[in-house]
Amino acid sequence: MSPLDFLSAAFLFGGGAFCLAGTVGVLRFPDVYCRLHALTKVDNLGLGLVVVGLALQSGSWATALKLLLVWFFVLISSAFTCQLIARAALRGRGAAPWGGRREP
Amino acid sequence: MHELRTGLAFFLLLNILAGMVRVIRGPTVTDRFIVAQLFGTTGVGVLILLAADAGRDALRDVALVFALLAPVTVVAFVRFAVGSDAAPGSDKEPRP
Repeated sequence: MSPLDFLSAAFLFGGGAFCLAGTVGVLRFPDVYCRLHALTKVDNLGLGLVVVGLALQSGSWATALKLLLVWFFVLISSAFTCQLIARAALRGRGAAPWGGRREP
Repeated sequence: MHELRTGLAFFLLLNILAGMVRVIRGPTVTDRFIVAQLFGTTGVGVLILLAADAGRDALRDVALVFALLAPVTVVAFVRFAVGSDAAPGSDKEPRP
C-alpha cells in the first residue's frame, strides 16, 4: 500500500462518510428545504471526495480528468436543481418552511 | 484496494435503500422526489467506484450520462409539481 493508496483510501472513506451524512440528513431533517440542502450539498461533497480518491489511484490523467468532469456536471446540476425544487415546493404545493418549532 | 472500492459501492447502495424511508414517510410529493435525486448522486458514486476495476471503463461514461440526465428529471418534476401557474419569472406571492 503505497502512500498514494493510503491517501486515496482516506479520501474514499471521507466520501463515504459524507454520503452517509447526506442520507441521514435527508431522513432526519424537519422539512423539504432542509432536506434539499442535505441532499444537494452534502452528497456532492461525498461524491467529490470519492472522485478525488479514485482519481488519485486511477494512474492516468485522462481517467482522472474524466472523473473530475463527472463531478463537475453533478455540481452544476445540483446547484440549480436545489433552487428549482425549492421554488416548486414553495410555489406549487405550498410546503410550509419549518418554523423552528420542535415537531414531535 | 479492490475490496475497499467494492465495499464502498455496496455501502452507497445501502444509502440508497435507506433513502426509501423518505419515500414512504415523505409528506409532500417533493420529499419523494428528493430521493430520486439521491439516486442520481449516489448512483453516480457507485458507478465510478465500479468503473475503477480493470476493463470496466465504460461504466465511467455511464456515470457521466447518468449525471447529465438527473437534471432532466428535475425540470420534468418542476413542470409537473408546479404546473404552469408558477412558470419561472412569475414572482407572485406564494399561496398560503
